Amino acid sequence: MAQHLDYLKESPSQTAGPYVHIGCTPNFTGIEIYDSDLGASLKRGPVKGQEITVSGTVFDGTGTPLRDAMIEIWQADAAGIYPSPNGSHDPDFLGWGRSAGNMETGEFTFETVKPGGVPNPDGRIQAPHITFWIVARGINIGLQTRMYFADEKEANQGDPILTRIEHQNRIPTLLAIAEAPGQYRFNIHLQGADETIFFDI
Amino acid sequence: MKLPQAGFIPRDREWQPDALTPPYKTSLKRSPQSALLSFPSTVSEETGPVFGHDILGPLDNDLIHNYAAEGASAIGPRIIVHGKVLDELRRPVPNALIEVWQANAGGRYRHKNEGYLAALDPNFGGCGRMITREDGSYSFRTVQPGPYPWPNGMNDWRPAHIHFSVFGQSFAQRLITQMYFEGDPHIALCPIVGTLKSPEAVSALTALLDMNATVPMDARAYRFDIVLRGRRQTYFENRPEGT
Repeated sequence: MAQHLDYLKESPSQTAGPYVHIGCTPNFTGIEIYDSDLGASLKRGPVKGQEITVSGTVFDGTGTPLRDAMIEIWQADAAGIYPSPNGSHDPDFLGWGRSAGNMETGEFTFETVKPGGVPNPDGRIQAPHITFWIVARGINIGLQTRMYFADEKEANQGDPILTRIEHQNRIPTLLAIAEAPGQYRFNIHLQGADETIFFDI
Repeated sequence: MKLPQAGFIPRDREWQPDALTPPYKTSLKRSPQSALLSFPSTVSEETGPVFGHDILGPLDNDLIHNYAAEGASAIGPRIIVHGKVLDELRRPVPNALIEVWQANAGGRYRHKNEGYLAALDPNFGGCGRMITREDGSYSFRTVQPGPYPWPNGMNDWRPAHIHFSVFGQSFAQRLITQMYFEGDPHIALCPIVGTLKSPEAVSALTALLDMNATVPMDARAYRFDIVLRGRRQTYFENRPEGT
């Protein structure tokens, strides 16, 4: 026998279930207790940098869109600074957004700003990216991934994380495509040939 | 002395449920098949949204009254749920936003996709929220939800449960889970509880009746602690030689 390491275990995850919207976006479901749904907007007013729209759909392994998912994003401002209390970030940018998706199609849309690159622990710069977190019925533990920008080729080629992915042919699953200036599409595939790379960070 | 914080302790995937759990049928087509890409946390994961107490309304943590008509209250066994949010290093997590949602006392959710024939309670919405205090503690008042049938097997019932969505201080700590009630025989039968890998993991999500926190002649109490991922501390500064 030896001494005992008295760390706690993280609470186990359980699925968000089919009614996650009651708890997290109640106004979306018609339950009007709070003033508004948290995360409905990433901005408090006009923000610095290029304003962009990110839209996409989450697909299951049969190619069917999820209409009961909740998607959250977290990102830096245009200068590459994450919002924090008393931080030096753009004061009108919140950095965090949440979407229940469209009730009929499941498509999510975020009105946000193109993030700047952020520092990596080793001092290099990470390419501009947005962290995504996806929960839904049938997902036992929230799925985390990152959206990078297909039009940031040079930054992506030097990104410390993208460059360490073994199957480079899967990198397009992490790239948002500009369909028009400032309009990006980022679809997420839970399974199948186009399965998105999910992260364990 | 306050030590600088380093990266997050990796999530224990041997302890957390797998993505693919066939008895819970919906997981079959919603589970990634490839290995997760693991790497040490960066600023993108070590930061996260901060919610101020100013977002909260006075009844946000009172599900018995926050949807009820003036002077009315929700039907069902009145309970207080309370506990602490800690991290894996046993440190309290203050200012953590907790959002909860649940079925009513009859096992019915207020949702357009809900088909269970149990009655809606006109005075129960089914959601609430709160932010942990400096010592990581939280509490809310509600009615004990009922068990309900769900389409999976031909006769599967969920144990009574309350859903919890928790933000820590960093996006890496983001967690959604469910709280079960001590002594519920449905816990052992449920395919969603069955995604947990050990009796210890089930225990970690099972709240205990806490007679010391009840309000006599008013409400019973259940205690439910939540643990979020912890961050390592750097005791030694490493610098490559020659710098």
